[in-house]
Amino acid sequence: MQLAKVLGTVVASHKDANLNGTTLLVIQPLAADGAATGRPLVAVDAAGAGVGEHVFFVRGREAAYPFYPVEVPTDAAIIGIVDHWTVG
Amino acid sequence: MQIGEVVGTVVSTQKHAKLHGAKLLLVQPQTPSGEARGPVLLAIDSVGAGVGERVLLVIEGKAAGDALGRKAAPVDAAIVGIVDQIEWDETPS
Repeated sequence: MQLAKVLGTVVASHKDANLNGTTLLVIQPLAADGAATGRPLVAVDAAGAGVGEHVFFVRGREAAYPFYPVEVPTDAAIIGIVDHWTVG
Repeated sequence: MQIGEVVGTVVSTQKHAKLHGAKLLLVQPQTPSGEARGPVLLAIDSVGAGVGERVLLVIEGKAAGDALGRKAAPVDAAIVGIVDQIEWDETPS
């Protein structure tokens, strides 16, 4: 899992049927100091997150698990909203 | 599995139901000699690790879910051990 900030939303009217009803968000992965790291990506939201919030997300096959048994074709899912984090 | 160092903690009230009660730590993956490698990750802690400790890290969904003890949990990294000591030969003959 990795920290990220929600930058925006994606609207896609025509998509895989198993993506219907999901919220797609643009997220920027963050390093532990809060600085952006790597490229922004699109993730399915499984935590009720909104633009501007800090979240954590899971990559890979496990990103579909929040929607189990529906097999959502995604490789990234937001699974929590971060209240705060502490380093050191 | 990989070696990492726990560098921080994460608090999240609103999260996926399968993660309720799970302890989340920030871990910096390292080479066995202790150099940072790659970005800091969030990992489920199943062994009671703390900040500053070197840990054994699995970065694979099935294993991380097993560490959490829940099926189909949306996790991809877990701390499964606390490292007491590593002995290795950096230049094997």
